[in-house]
Amino acid sequence: MIALRGIGKHFPNGTEALRDVSFAVAPGEFVSLLGPSGCGKSTALRIAAGLLAPDAGRITRDTGEIGFVFQDPTLMPWADALTNARLPLDLKGVPRRDANEYAAAALARVGLAGFERAYPRQLSGGMKMRVSLARALAAKPRLLLLDEPFAALDEITRNALGDDLKRLWREDGLTILFVTHSVAESSFLSQRVLVMTPRPGTVTADIALPPARDARLAPATIEAQRQISAALNQVIAA
Amino acid sequence: MKSLNIILPLLLAAALLGLWEWTVAARHIPPYVLPAPSAIAHAFRENFTSLMQALASTLSVTLEAFAAATMLGTASAIVFSQSRLLERLLYPYAVILQVTPVVAIAPLILIWVGFDHINLALVIIATIVAFFPILAGATLGLKSADFNLIDLTRLYGASRLQTLWRIRLPTALPYLLSGMKTAGGLALIGAVVAEFVAGSGTATGLAWRIVESGNRLEIATLFAALALLALAGVSIFAALTLLEWLLLRRWHESAIASRS
Repeated sequence: MIALRGIGKHFPNGTEALRDVSFAVAPGEFVSLLGPSGCGKSTALRIAAGLLAPDAGRITRDTGEIGFVFQDPTLMPWADALTNARLPLDLKGVPRRDANEYAAAALARVGLAGFERAYPRQLSGGMKMRVSLARALAAKPRLLLLDEPFAALDEITRNALGDDLKRLWREDGLTILFVTHSVAESSFLSQRVLVMTPRPGTVTADIALPPARDARLAPATIEAQRQISAALNQVIAA
Repeated sequence: MKSLNIILPLLLAAALLGLWEWTVAARHIPPYVLPAPSAIAHAFRENFTSLMQALASTLSVTLEAFAAATMLGTASAIVFSQSRLLERLLYPYAVILQVTPVVAIAPLILIWVGFDHINLALVIIATIVAFFPILAGATLGLKSADFNLIDLTRLYGASRLQTLWRIRLPTALPYLLSGMKTAGGLALIGAVVAEFVAGSGTATGLAWRIVESGNRLEIATLFAALALLALAGVSIFAALTLLEWLLLRRWHESAIASRS
């Protein structure tokens, strides 16, 4: 679905942000990109989305719509939830009637039916993030890229949104690349975890997680956390 | 509570006017130094038609200049936001135009435009005065758009025009309106200054009425014209504040805070 090969990137100030980053995400796969703050995982995601050009390396991406969710909801404060969710469709010139229908459906799928006319300032942090998710889904993407989307939320809200994301992934057969710094989140949500280390950012471990992680506290999930933490400790110690 | 906000300043005004009236009478202050409020009211009634004509003249110059400044300022800011080169090239000249005292440029403009097009000259002078806050506000606003939102529009293959229309212009609106509030007052100041410079026989507005009344020692009429100018300034500000509230009340923090 998407593959990065030997990606390198320097920031304008000369800092080497990424060195030789290579990984691939297969269609229908849910992959987490896990690492400490400042390890370049957001940069890698932006490069994967095509928002940033790498200095070295190659990206191959299947054609089709991409959905992108930022760490902040990144909504238009002057527009209501429906208009916000409709933005990708408006930009693509989808007729207003269809666009409204798709956007309303996307809002309903993230649990925001009835909030179409609400402005961002009237919504809670979690609800704003749901609008952001609905906007990413409105254009019916095959590939969903998420940049620490739940990092700014409280744990209860974060878990609820995580559950929803997992459900949407299953229902739609989405391909997901999920940037996070949470071992717990990655262990529960994803099928595979890529561990990234900083200065320069590079992928140092690729862990396939066992199935049967249906609950956050299922033995398999706990075991996955142990595995990810071990890999993380190893690279930090090194 | 809300009515107190209106009643209290009005009570103060009444008290001050009463004190003024009493002082002038008690101290026998001659009317060519300080006329009593009653004398000013009398002068206002006496010259009502001509004062209203003068007000209309000044207001039309002000509003035309304000409209021109809003359009030119916004258009320039949009051009600057699309071309960094043009911004670097032209912005310094906008600043020079802003910092050069308009009184110093006014005679030139009057000569170039010609005294047979006096109204156009007045509008141009007032436009120069009002232009800069609009340009500065709109430029800042267009640059303040959320980078991530801009990235998002790029992700969906939006054209520059789409990004401008859907993201940059709405972001700039509060900044533009703030610039417009400043520019509204400046347009009036510009119109008055222009009339002063244009001088006798040509200008027909309130500023000219003030100069003329001063020369004739008709201080009561001067005060009446002055009061009308102040009223015009306050009305322009109030109208723009209302416009700002109407456009921003649904989403912008500034308008939401002022509602409570």
